[in-house]
Amino acid sequence: MSSHPIAAAESMPTRLRLRLLRDHILVALCIAALLCAVVPLVWVLWEVIAVGAAHISFEFLTALPAPPTVGGGGWGNAIVGSVVVVGMAMLIGVPVGVGTGIYMSEFGNNALGRSARFLSEVMAGIPSIIAGIVAYGLIVVTMGRFSAMSGGVALAVLFIPVVAITTQEALRLVPVDQREASFALGVADAPTTLRVVLPAAMGNVLTGIMLATARIAGETAPLLFTAFNSRYWMEGLDQPTATMPVNIYSYAISPFEHWHEQAWAGALVLVAMVLLTNVVARTLWARRARFIAGR
Amino acid sequence: MTEAGGGGFRRHWFRYVTGALAALVVLVTILIVFRLVLDSRPTWSEWGLAFVTRTEWDPVRGDFGALPFIVGTLLTSLMALVIALPISLGIAILLSEYAPRQLRDPLIFVVELLAAVPSVVFGLWGIFVLAPLVQQHVVPLIASSPLGFFPFFGEPGPGYNLFTASLILAIMIIPIIASLSREVLMAVPREQKEGALALGATRWEAVRHVVLAYGRPGIFSAAVLGLGRALGETMATTMTIGNSLGLTFDYFQPGNSMTAIIANELREAASRLHVSSLVAIGLILFAVSFLLNTMGRLILMRVQARGV
Repeated sequence: MSSHPIAAAESMPTRLRLRLLRDHILVALCIAALLCAVVPLVWVLWEVIAVGAAHISFEFLTALPAPPTVGGGGWGNAIVGSVVVVGMAMLIGVPVGVGTGIYMSEFGNNALGRSARFLSEVMAGIPSIIAGIVAYGLIVVTMGRFSAMSGGVALAVLFIPVVAITTQEALRLVPVDQREASFALGVADAPTTLRVVLPAAMGNVLTGIMLATARIAGETAPLLFTAFNSRYWMEGLDQPTATMPVNIYSYAISPFEHWHEQAWAGALVLVAMVLLTNVVARTLWARRARFIAGR
Repeated sequence: MTEAGGGGFRRHWFRYVTGALAALVVLVTILIVFRLVLDSRPTWSEWGLAFVTRTEWDPVRGDFGALPFIVGTLLTSLMALVIALPISLGIAILLSEYAPRQLRDPLIFVVELLAAVPSVVFGLWGIFVLAPLVQQHVVPLIASSPLGFFPFFGEPGPGYNLFTASLILAIMIIPIIASLSREVLMAVPREQKEGALALGATRWEAVRHVVLAYGRPGIFSAAVLGLGRALGETMATTMTIGNSLGLTFDYFQPGNSMTAIIANELREAASRLHVSSLVAIGLILFAVSFLLNTMGRLILMRVQARGV
């Protein structure tokens, strides 16, 4: 407090001193608030690393699950399953999401653009379990069985709005002059967007896709009743499939100590993948955004 | 940005193709509503709106009512908001007003990492770390404090209860409310703040009387969006709430939520009425979060338009 130029003055009236004291107390409270957010994060990460690392092995990453009483076994099939289900969601979601983002940014100054923008923002905040319910009613019930495909569709529903919004934001960072220069040369909208605007924003579009992928990779609720689970290697897109998030859930609520340990090990693999993707994407985004805007 | 009219499809195919994809996003939203309504019809024709106020849930007898789950969802998300809002505001004020630039970006980064941790991992931590902690230390502490006189903090029960679920939800919605409020606070015109400071206000007085007053609608919308997120959060809630089937208003007892009952029962639901009742709960959940998200976005849009 003494570092404050006014506080140092001897003749400071009590009332002012009180006001400054309150100022300092409130800064302290704000710092306490920040700690309230940071402590759980560090605690969760610490627990995942400390407990999980002890139970990760080559067998865990590559083998099939073993019965809980036997010990050993691994999540090889769940890791493959997660990659396939997330890959399917991306296969559907990237073209639709990026295309929507392009339309919203470049041609979207109309009713369709406004509705797509509004619905993307609202749907990005909708409970993820809803995507699962719809995929369940639409695909699982119709096909008569759980499948990797239905899981991929459910995740795609969550993936598309996020990619659409980030793509739109990325394209809007590209200066209007570049488009105008291209149009002035008589170039049509397709080559302008594909050869001028999109390449300039490509880094940010890709980081947006990375962030959205990291988000759906951890989604569990929509997979519970779509991809379901399986104890075997994946047999096809139309078959029930194990995934890492669902495994974490079912192993965690099981009564077996050995499975609890594996749940922590699986959480470590998942968290490492998700957070690493996030860190890389956010670092790239910040750098490119500054680069494009010329700051 | 493009010239109007002329050219036809050959010249504008790109606009039509991307437009079709944007239309697909709109169609998917309509399809979701359509499926939820269609698949929940048996429940609505059986009980109508009374489904919302019925308290029985007995798959064997084919008796279904949504009230215990609606109450559980409301209790946990409101408590989460009560805990998360002051913390988020503190973070937002710190980051927008006090933190030096070199410190601000890394801190924003850390808070956003919190939002990236998968819900199921918070659930895992909730089961093995938070729930025992709540049972042994937090519940006795609250029960013996003045807060314990509130009727909704009753007899200390197991660690898997409405309160533990609320705590995890609070942790999970802090990054959303904090980052939205920070954006709102940073959009407050600089002159307004400087004016107050020039008149001799302390930093805090400027924040309170100018920044917070100016940002109030934006903070409100951040809270609404955070509440919407808490309502729909599934795995962390399912793993810590206790999954009881009866109606309870007691934070220290096992409860249930709309998302948890769907997560627990949809994959094993056999009867048509059971499935349709779970989808009906999903429809209510969708409607409420759609409404909250719309409201939050609309206010935020208006605030941002004013801020520019």
